[in-house]
Amino acid sequence: MAASEYTMRIWRGDASGGAFCDYRVSVEPGMVVLDAIHRVQATQANDLAVRWNCKAGKCGSCSAEVNGRPRLTCMTRMELFPPGETITVTPMRTFPLIRDLVTDVSFNFGTAKQVPPFQPKPKEPDGTYRMQQEDIDRVQEFHKCIECFLCQNVCHVIRDHPEHKKHFAGPRMFVRYAALEMHPLDTDNRLELLKEKMGLELCNITKCCTEVCPESIHITDNAIIPLKERVVDAYYDPLARVFRKLTGTR
Amino acid sequence: MSPNGSLEARYPGTAGPTGMLRRDAWWVEPLLTVLGLGGFVVYATWAGFQNAFYFVDPYLSPFYSPCLSSNCEHVSLPLIGRWWNLSPAFLVLWIPGGFRLTCYYYRKAYYRSFWWAPPACAVPDVRTGYSGETAFPLILQNIHRYFFYLATGVLVFLWWDALEAFRFPDGFGMGVGTLVLLVNAVLLSLYSVSCHSCRHLCGGRLDVLSKAPTRYKAWSLISKLNEHHMFYAWISLFGVAFADVYVRLVAMGVIRDIRFF
Repeated sequence: MAASEYTMRIWRGDASGGAFCDYRVSVEPGMVVLDAIHRVQATQANDLAVRWNCKAGKCGSCSAEVNGRPRLTCMTRMELFPPGETITVTPMRTFPLIRDLVTDVSFNFGTAKQVPPFQPKPKEPDGTYRMQQEDIDRVQEFHKCIECFLCQNVCHVIRDHPEHKKHFAGPRMFVRYAALEMHPLDTDNRLELLKEKMGLELCNITKCCTEVCPESIHITDNAIIPLKERVVDAYYDPLARVFRKLTGTR
Repeated sequence: MSPNGSLEARYPGTAGPTGMLRRDAWWVEPLLTVLGLGGFVVYATWAGFQNAFYFVDPYLSPFYSPCLSSNCEHVSLPLIGRWWNLSPAFLVLWIPGGFRLTCYYYRKAYYRSFWWAPPACAVPDVRTGYSGETAFPLILQNIHRYFFYLATGVLVFLWWDALEAFRFPDGFGMGVGTLVLLVNAVLLSLYSVSCHSCRHLCGGRLDVLSKAPTRYKAWSLISKLNEHHMFYAWISLFGVAFADVYVRLVAMGVIRDIRFF
């Protein structure tokens, strides 16, 4: 197959402002958007800033927005777009811009620090921990997260309403909370924290986080909704409260 | 199509582009949802107000089941006396209505399509303020499981109606209407059982599933069904509307029910 010509419309700028710049590039079959950006960088704009690392969809570094949709640029094939099309590449909108396609994602590290760590129950008499595969299956799905922060970027709670950044952990952190809350060995209870300080109830489960997840983690169905249901157990369900009192369960 | 023109003020400090950059037909999904859900609500309200043509022996429309008032053409359970002058549909429609209104799938559907919060992924919210489900009235979404309990009760009656649909005035038989009510009960059961609250109550709330093997099996099965919850939500919605239309048309004499035996 022959090479195709595309126009890459890339956002150039820093915290003080910027503008779109168009670059014509030749694209060979098999190339991804990140390849095209690298070609622009190599041939026409040596100072173009782009964050990347593994180019295999596993490091989560090259998150950006392609034609307005949050994507990993290394996993977005150029064949998705008709030859000759203008492809718009912009930085993630939710986070402060450092330069060109590179954003400051430290908001996510801040919210990660607020997650209370794993608190295992005491060890068995033989000095070990035991758990069954069926107890850990659902938690293993959450460990696939590569921390690309596309889910945090697309979540409208902080994307369109940045005032909530102060008290909203975001989908990536809800996945982390779910992994801990559902862990068979963990003893901590983070439900009050989730309800009162981490903004779980700000989520209106519109599932954009799930739609953009490159690891296909069912963020909403398997993490956020189960957490919401646990909050309902604890705060909004009087029958469950009576049942817990009668049976002495948590 | 940009639902909000004042985006500049919405992204302080991000310094990136502010316009809506999606160029695909993101508006198709919310539009279809508005047409589908809106059409159903309009039809169900109209059908509820009719208070006629909801029973033709042995078929009872699911919109009127269980028929709880004595003024019913076919009383399922006479809980309400003759003083009830309104359509008996209103005694029961609020239960499946509330179940669907608070359903996790439908919440996604109408928050996107009717609220535009957000209309689609990476398409800006219409409103500048947002409080999610933290305050009244949306905090009431948390009673979804109670609607699940009530809807399960209604479902028992719908299964009873489907079985009753085999009992014709001239004896045991089966018609197209029997099949319609049976399929309706199956679809509504799939929708109810695949519900997120049901999944949680059956086993999701446990941290150590291995110590409750029956609940683990139930949770595993419901989790598989739950993956298709959206599909069951839509198909059961169309199914229940179709069942009402069918019974209505037969009762009005517009169509004739075909008997298989």
